[in-house]
Amino acid sequence: MKFFRSHVLVGINETSIMAGVQDFIKALRLELAKHNLQEEINILETGPLGFFGRGICLSVYPENVNYQDVKLEDVTELVSEHFLKGRPLKRLMLDDGGKFSPKLNYSDRIVLRNSGIIDPENIDEYIGAGGYEAWEKALTQMQPADILAEVKISGLRGRGGAGFPAGVKWGFTAPIDAPQKYVVVNADEGEPGTFKDRLIMEGDPHQLLEGTMICARAVGATKAWIYIRGEYKLCIDRLQKAIDQCREYGILGKNIFGSGFDLDIFIKIGAGAYVCGEETALIESLEGNRGNPRWKPPFPGVEGLWQCPTVVNNVETLANVPFIIQKGAEEFMKHGTPECTGTKVYTILGDVAYPGLCEVDMGTTLRTIINDYAGGMKKGFRFKAALVGGAAGVILPDKLLDVKMDFSSLNQYAAVLGSGAILVMNEHQSIVDILWSILRFFRHESCGKCAPCRNGTQQLYRLISKIKKGKGTMEDVDLMLTIAETMQQTSFCALGQSPIMGVRSAIENFKDEFIAITKK
Amino acid sequence: MAKTVNIWIDDKHLEVPDTMTIIEAADKHGIYIPRLCYHPDLPPTANCGVCVVELSSAPVPKRACCTPVAEGMKVVTNSKKLRAYRKTLVEMILSNHDVVCPTCAANNKCELQSLANNLGVEPDNLPSILHKEAVDDSSLSIIRDVNKCIACGRCVTVCNEVQTVYALTFADRGIDSHVDTAFSLGMANSPCVNCGQCTVYCPTGALRERSEIDAVWEAILDPEKHVIVQEAPSIRVSLGEEFGMPFGSVTPNKMYAALRKIGFDSVMDTNFTADLTIMEEGTECVAKLKAGEKRPLITSCSPGWIKFMETYYPDLADCVSTAKSPMSMFGTLSKTYYAQENNIDPAKIVSVAVMPCTAKKFEARRPEMRDSGFQDTDYVLTTRELIRMIKEAGIDFANIPDEEPDKGMSFYTGAGTIFGATGGVMEAAIRSAYFLVTETDLEDVEILAVRGLEGVKEATVNVPGFGDLRVAVAHGLSNARKVMDRVREGLATKGESPWHFIEIMACPGGCVGGGGQPYGNDIASRARRGQALYAEDRSLPVRLSHHNPEVKKVYERFLGEPNSKLALKLLHTHYFKRSVSTGQVTGEATHKH
Amino acid sequence: MYREICSKYAPDKDNLICILHEIQNSHPQHYISEEAVQTVAEYLGVPANHIYGVLTFYTMYSTKPRGQNIIRLCESPPCYIKGSENILHKLMTLLDIEVGETTKDGCFTLELCACLGVCGNAPVMMINNDVYGDLTEEKVEEIIEKVRRG
Repeated sequence: MKFFRSHVLVGINETSIMAGVQDFIKALRLELAKHNLQEEINILETGPLGFFGRGICLSVYPENVNYQDVKLEDVTELVSEHFLKGRPLKRLMLDDGGKFSPKLNYSDRIVLRNSGIIDPENIDEYIGAGGYEAWEKALTQMQPADILAEVKISGLRGRGGAGFPAGVKWGFTAPIDAPQKYVVVNADEGEPGTFKDRLIMEGDPHQLLEGTMICARAVGATKAWIYIRGEYKLCIDRLQKAIDQCREYGILGKNIFGSGFDLDIFIKIGAGAYVCGEETALIESLEGNRGNPRWKPPFPGVEGLWQCPTVVNNVETLANVPFIIQKGAEEFMKHGTPECTGTKVYTILGDVAYPGLCEVDMGTTLRTIINDYAGGMKKGFRFKAALVGGAAGVILPDKLLDVKMDFSSLNQYAAVLGSGAILVMNEHQSIVDILWSILRFFRHESCGKCAPCRNGTQQLYRLISKIKKGKGTMEDVDLMLTIAETMQQTSFCALGQSPIMGVRSAIENFKDEFIAITKK
Repeated sequence: MAKTVNIWIDDKHLEVPDTMTIIEAADKHGIYIPRLCYHPDLPPTANCGVCVVELSSAPVPKRACCTPVAEGMKVVTNSKKLRAYRKTLVEMILSNHDVVCPTCAANNKCELQSLANNLGVEPDNLPSILHKEAVDDSSLSIIRDVNKCIACGRCVTVCNEVQTVYALTFADRGIDSHVDTAFSLGMANSPCVNCGQCTVYCPTGALRERSEIDAVWEAILDPEKHVIVQEAPSIRVSLGEEFGMPFGSVTPNKMYAALRKIGFDSVMDTNFTADLTIMEEGTECVAKLKAGEKRPLITSCSPGWIKFMETYYPDLADCVSTAKSPMSMFGTLSKTYYAQENNIDPAKIVSVAVMPCTAKKFEARRPEMRDSGFQDTDYVLTTRELIRMIKEAGIDFANIPDEEPDKGMSFYTGAGTIFGATGGVMEAAIRSAYFLVTETDLEDVEILAVRGLEGVKEATVNVPGFGDLRVAVAHGLSNARKVMDRVREGLATKGESPWHFIEIMACPGGCVGGGGQPYGNDIASRARRGQALYAEDRSLPVRLSHHNPEVKKVYERFLGEPNSKLALKLLHTHYFKRSVSTGQVTGEATHKH
Repeated sequence: MYREICSKYAPDKDNLICILHEIQNSHPQHYISEEAVQTVAEYLGVPANHIYGVLTFYTMYSTKPRGQNIIRLCESPPCYIKGSENILHKLMTLLDIEVGETTKDGCFTLELCACLGVCGNAPVMMINNDVYGDLTEEKVEEIIEKVRRG
């Protein structure tokens, strides 16, 4: 192995591509060559780095210096200052001149442990980092029942929003004697403010594949589908590359590792429908239908894709699985709380100093996440509320900043952990406004199948629009609660059952605002 | 094998098979759960949410229409909360519905109207969110008013799953989602076969027939016109329902009396031409049998089936009998034979048909149905339209004294009347075909194997001198598909059809379950109407078409003999090929005789 | 042409979504015509009404001809609180069209869409396959100019 003085990790993701990262890398290589540094400084193209900065971001090791928003015109200065003179370029550093340094807690990570470190497009790097060890173990040293038991013990819960225990879900499908079973990866991430799955897939596609493989083995599925939204072009490319590499390496295919087990994974692209994040709607879409949800029971685990038993899991859920099998449930359970084990990936947005992503243990408080991982509030702003869990989530006021972020703790406040999106709002922002935006979203994304959701989302949007214009009354506010509650109790699927979360939390926590804006 | 499970609905203990849903279990035991989109004939769409019930095992209410029963299940069908949810739900549905009840064709028959009324829904709690769209009146048969649609999905289910016609679909999403034809081209430019099953199942007035009531009144009230009316077999067993009489009342003579009271100049009967059809089709069939034809003969009375065949099976069009339907035979004869016999200028004759069918409106306006030199049938009223006319005329139908029809094209046999039930045409045809081959009458005229509501019925009848006559009967177009696919396969692989003779009716149950029949019908009521026709058959003095004296007379005095040159000209037709996307004619499938 | 695209896929209904994507992408006006639907219906043995239902369900498909470039501006909460409404108004004045319309020269169609998953750079829009983030009114003008020039 060649020895380099420094490694420059360049995050290649939607954001940096948008900022022109490809041209930037070309220029950086040229500039380094100009100074004869190409043998000393290694440029590594990787997925999203462990932090979330603006534009093109770089991490330089072993110095552990993080840059953000680096532009083409900065290349000359960067090379001459940092790589020639050894003086990190303060003005581009993420830590803003030392005022804040986001925690890059690689040692505490599970899902994002490789993200930003390895080249996601190179299977050898994943294998070098211990990748596919778990898959080999699952195939050659464990019986499907052992895998299932390990996942059950680990307490892993679904990371898509509802938090259903993954082992229990697999347990419905595993014992069924059927000629064909499937695993479906739900990569139709659509919850506003959530893009953790995108980052996982961009940064470490192989880990998702490995988790999917292990799941397939545990339940006896020989085909797996990744249903991914059409907008995630980079993820689609990287996953396809990763699948091709696996087929080439014999990690996927017939009689894998001589175990007699066959498996292949395929990608299916969505076409723009939030409701397809609901597992039965997703299955309908996979079959080439409108994305209308199906009634449960029968649950997909028993009768899913093409009426075959089907496990549907979220990207993040499956990305946890290789760790559990490789290191054991015990190790996994060291993270999080007893009821909610493991970690959770969050995207933190809005008026924080450093919008970004982080992976922290379940049960970490909202305050810690905002202060330690996002640098607190943006300068000059005060915290007013956080929308947690996307459009289907709740609006939490400051008095709930110390609530623990896990499935069980949030339940006590009639709140949900949801997808892991945290949208922070400052004191100048109007709750009525944000609720209007949420309800407009639901109106647009209701599939239209069932009457409570179809008509309810439209009525809610009509009422909040009226209130927003200052023409509403407190009766209208009450009516919103009645409608949202009726929707929650009578809607066909989770989509129609969700608007109550935002409506109730907004009205209960910020009643004054509604009183102020309505007519007396 | 279904297991029996114990459930409790409102503390009432029930033992039911585990294959049932909650609503089925409740219905079976006379417990009413409010509902809107659920219909016992159709798989649940579960779209409305009205049938929610509380289960001890679930945190939120569940839909009774699609939740299966389970051992130990405890169901609460009514509570303060459930009442409130249902009320709000129906208010929401009404807020997106064009509430024009007094003028709506479904007034007093509308399931939304009665549900809102029963639940005591407040009228103005929620302002309207209705976005008015244009009414689809492109079709000759069916008017679709999307503003009254509550997106229950029954029509989509019936069109795609029961009938496999594939005209209607849900389009768009969310509040904009609505029932539509592909590319919003309208029913006339879709594969719609006009069967009208969508109108029968629509819980509101969003789907209805194109009304011809005004035009018929105009003709009746015009002293220059001679208005002659015919009524299909099933009308006489359906009218009573709407006037407080028991389902399945047989009321031909009240029907004639009412029609005469409305003002028709000549009251005749389609059953007469049903018998005539048997002579024409039976003769065609026997000729084929004697020639050892490998391709089957398929009935042609059902206009929904005919358009379906032209769209999806034009390659088998030559197997379909060229005989016109009884309605069109009547229409043609009314302006030729009848005009001649009664010395009336055919230009002044207005021929009206009362049909259980919406597709007959389309059939009457086919360009080829003008063999009399005029449009053979001028107007087609559905059963529902005739009911409105009877009501408009203020006739107390249940108590009107019986009357006889006018003499001539009104005499019918038992064979003619059973045309209205699935298997009836087949049974009538066998009765006469047997005679045409053997020159003797069947000892027992009742062919029970072709009766009943099974989707596809098969039978073998031994006809001395011919051998085993293999027949099949299908009703509902998904069943027609099954039969036609087997015919197509048999012809392709073995060079012969599995059956000699096939009856196909577009509507489940046959004409008694037609798309123009009174609202609120289900399989059970169809069965009662059908049984009424068989009862009438048993009560009639003549039960074989070839013994109908008026039919004999029309051959003697006008047509010569069955399948004569004149008969082929006036009473037979030919078929076209149609596009599966638009239903438009793309060419001829068979030629005119 | 449509037939060719179809034949790349097995004639199974579950390939419908992929086939529709490819057909739309291959059309200079980025839409799926009646003729295309008839071809796909025939190839897959799926009724045209089903395909119409599917393609009107998903927001990425269009049944009407669109411009050379499709602008999809995110209107979800994270972009909304970062001022996506201002961006929308800017785009509407700049292009002189309403949402859902196409410019007279056929260059742009303006659409709204749900979260694109690039919320770290809100407000965000996509033009064809490219994402543009951290939008300001000035930036929007530049981007439109750049895309217009090609």
